[in-house]
Amino acid sequence: MNNPIEALNKIFDSRIRLGVMSILIVNDSVSFNELKQLLELTDGNLASHLNTLEQAEYLKVQKAFIGKKTNTTYIITDLGKLSFKAHLDALEKMIKGI
Amino acid sequence: MKNKVLLNMGNQEEQLNALSDIRNMMDRSSRFISLSGLSGIFAGLTALIGAYIAHGELKKYIKGEYGYGVDADVEIEANLFKLGICVLLIAIAGGFLFTLRQSKKKNIRFWDKTAKNLLVNLAIPLAAGGFFIIFLLVNHPNSFGLIAPSCLLFYGLALINASKYTYSDIRFLGICEVILGLIAMFYIGYGLYFWAFGFGILHVFYGLIMYFKYERAK
Repeated sequence: MNNPIEALNKIFDSRIRLGVMSILIVNDSVSFNELKQLLELTDGNLASHLNTLEQAEYLKVQKAFIGKKTNTTYIITDLGKLSFKAHLDALEKMIKGI
Repeated sequence: MKNKVLLNMGNQEEQLNALSDIRNMMDRSSRFISLSGLSGIFAGLTALIGAYIAHGELKKYIKGEYGYGVDADVEIEANLFKLGICVLLIAIAGGFLFTLRQSKKKNIRFWDKTAKNLLVNLAIPLAAGGFFIIFLLVNHPNSFGLIAPSCLLFYGLALINASKYTYSDIRFLGICEVILGLIAMFYIGYGLYFWAFGFGILHVFYGLIMYFKYERAK
């Protein structure tokens, strides 16, 4: 019997990164502040997790200006969608299998 | 062996928690979930009272108690129009208050992207319907009989359109309103009854379902 945990994605071990991906997969684009409010996090904490996801190329960052303020929004990539779905499938299999 | 079973059970619990987190985040970030069932009940009751008053006014009009010194047709039209606006404002204000209360209770922000999405998508078919009815009345005399069916039809379509941005239960309410509007086309002249049923009874009924499904238990 192969190990079902192997199919789980290490990047999604963190609840916060899992939360970010859950939000991005159902929204076209989400701003930093919206993510912060939904996940109830501090700036620094959220930023470091977003960085990990960006490095894995699971999300794209878009910087724009609203007046003089920067407005950073995040968009899920195709790779991000695929990985997140694979992770959900693995979770489902695990729960059904046990 | 026993340890392994325990480990698996702990793991399963953890994964189930993760799944419920994912679901919660998906809903909270894309759907407006502060909508209160009490809003529906309040709007429905307002509509029923409004329809009752309108019924009384129409009775007076038919008996000929209308139009001392003024054109009876113009006067009843103006009165019903004023009544309609009052009902609409009271229903919206009540709905707003109950929903505000609900968002405070759930400790989530009232005005965010989900609220905006819901309002915009509700407003598009609703505005189209509003203009349709106004232009109908202006350009086609004796088209009063079509007001109730058009109201129900456009309102139903607005709900179906908006249901993607709030509880999906709203979609079925929208379908009911559309069907009711189509049936009303066969009973021109009984519009007020269909209007009272669609905006009154269906709202109360749906408000109760939503209240018991999402609020009472939690």
